[in-house]
Amino acid sequence: MSQLINSILVFLVLTGFMLLSSSRLAACIRAIAIQGVLLGVLAIAMQDGRLSTVGVLLPLITAAVKGLVLPWLLFRAMREADAVREVEPLISYNLSIMTGAAALALSLWLGQRLQLPSHASPPLQVPAAFFTSLVGVIVIVSRRKALTQVLGYLALENGVYAFGAAAALRLPVLVELGILLDVFAGVFVMGIAIFHISREFDHIDTDKLAALTDRLR
Amino acid sequence: MIKLLVLIPACTGIAAFFIASDRVRRVLLISAALAQTVLSFAAWVVQPAPALGGWLAEDALGRLIETLTSVLFLAAAVYAVAYLREERHQAHNDFEEGFIFSNAREANFTGCLLLFLAAMTLVAVSQQLALLWVAVEATTLASAPLIYFHRHHRSLEAAWKYLLICSVGIALALLGIFFLAIAATNEDGSTISLMVQDLRLNAHLLNVPWFKAAFVLLLVGYGTKMGLAPFHTWLPDAHSEAPSVASALLSGALLNCAFLGILRVQEICVAGGLARFSDRLLLIFGLLSMAVAAVFISGQTDYKRMLAYSSVEHMGILAVGVSLGGAAVFGAVLHMINHSLTKAMLFLVAGNLLAVYRTKNPGGIRGALSVLPASGVLWLLGLFAITGSPPFGPFLSEFTILKGALDQGKTLVAIAYLAILAVILAAMAAPALAMAQGRPSEDVTAAPSRSIALSVVPAMLGVGVLVMGIYLPPVLTRVLRQAAHLLG
Repeated sequence: MSQLINSILVFLVLTGFMLLSSSRLAACIRAIAIQGVLLGVLAIAMQDGRLSTVGVLLPLITAAVKGLVLPWLLFRAMREADAVREVEPLISYNLSIMTGAAALALSLWLGQRLQLPSHASPPLQVPAAFFTSLVGVIVIVSRRKALTQVLGYLALENGVYAFGAAAALRLPVLVELGILLDVFAGVFVMGIAIFHISREFDHIDTDKLAALTDRLR
Repeated sequence: MIKLLVLIPACTGIAAFFIASDRVRRVLLISAALAQTVLSFAAWVVQPAPALGGWLAEDALGRLIETLTSVLFLAAAVYAVAYLREERHQAHNDFEEGFIFSNAREANFTGCLLLFLAAMTLVAVSQQLALLWVAVEATTLASAPLIYFHRHHRSLEAAWKYLLICSVGIALALLGIFFLAIAATNEDGSTISLMVQDLRLNAHLLNVPWFKAAFVLLLVGYGTKMGLAPFHTWLPDAHSEAPSVASALLSGALLNCAFLGILRVQEICVAGGLARFSDRLLLIFGLLSMAVAAVFISGQTDYKRMLAYSSVEHMGILAVGVSLGGAAVFGAVLHMINHSLTKAMLFLVAGNLLAVYRTKNPGGIRGALSVLPASGVLWLLGLFAITGSPPFGPFLSEFTILKGALDQGKTLVAIAYLAILAVILAAMAAPALAMAQGRPSEDVTAAPSRSIALSVVPAMLGVGVLVMGIYLPPVLTRVLRQAAHLLG
């Protein structure tokens, strides 16, 4: 089982790099979709064979929402905004990948420092979760397109979710569903916002959203 | 009964999206707000039974915030109906840049208002910390469309920043919740539930390093939502671009709810003997917020932004008050009420000024007392109240916090606190006086048809602010004491 978990975690890290290195929005959305499915599988694999109906159903729902529904929303937003590529990120793709490598190193170091108190988890687990979150933060601050920033937010959220799975936290079902509903509604509202941004500005570059500042005397 | 508090606004909110008639929808908005307020006050007489296995229950702190939210929402709902009637459905001329814009559908605005209330109520009555997180995130999603009511590029920018910055902050808070769950896992694998009550009783069993990390993440996450510096950057944009009635709710009600997220963890810190750690962090962020606000209030050329930065200042005051412990905590909880009432009133009055003068620059407003007598007087009194002048409520609570600091011998904190308050008083009093007095320019005339509700609602809130400064009902004092007791 730990074989499977480890390969999922490696794939999770790879999708992080995919997100950092690709300029095509479609590829980035696919990376997020793959992450969603991986998280579902991870949550099931973490249960160590002691499967319950809820324990399988919840990860499946998560995987369906994060792997199918959200990407569908995002693809729709992409078409409506008529955006294909992230043209000029604020930091270049090479630099993004290097930052990603640094983030991976940081995550590995953090993972060694932070020992989960109660049980032994595979050594890659916490670092992979932190790395995914850090990739999200990097994408949010270094990309211009509103859509890419939403992808960054989702990566951040996926990282947090992966951390929860890694720690094998058992949150009440209602809470898990609530969290999922919030993420879904969040992306839904952001999708509407992207639609309006593209209509208002004819593009979705958020660095043009800079009219509001303090004008002090 | 507790379920009803959440369900009434949630169901009416969803219904509002589908009601075509403006009249029916407005009646629905007012009646839902009224029902909610009546229920909130009923809960002061009859302690409502916990629901959902104890997940939803009212303790002293939750009840205070819940009631405050209902009262402000009722005020906002009455004001909103008058406001929406005057806005009508035509295209508007932007007074800053001169382009034409339209408003969002009124049905969507009303629906989001009610859903926003439902989410805030859920925050106030949640006893389960993960459920509280879900509710806080829901407040963001319900309120973002409110900011984008006027469909133009500035409000869109404000709404986008709000959505993104707060969502990222809240994602960090979720990590904080997970850390907390890890801290609540014992050596033998047994866990403490994420109920506030359980965590408080078993606080000494928590794994300290994980709990401290959880506190930091939750402070940053909810602090973003609450507008603590340096995470406050979305706040002035959102508050200045949202319609005034939404700004009043964001500032008066939402910020308290976000603060409640932090207070719930603070309760656990106090119970677990970790208050020294959490107090220091709260003090640093509190003073920083006050200082940052003072810088941006001085010379501010947009009076809605000025009010927004004043909210950052007051959130700082709340954090400082809670961090000091003892009598100052009582002052902080009291200040939460005073700030909410005063700030909601000021934003509503600002909406009136904006509608007549069509500028957000305080330099462009003269003679408010003669053009809009009611709003002019309220504006002047409100600004004096919010800067801590007697005999209004904020004076009393700010003074209590100061006294708390001096009692504990924290002279440096007291000096910094007083100095910042003095700077802000000076920075806000001058434009306030200039706006109220003087002769208005020729082309400014009050539209005679303006609804009386637009002045009466803020006036009622103003009366509340004044009463809070003069007389505290014993029942309120008792609940305030109970709330303060849990926070050290």
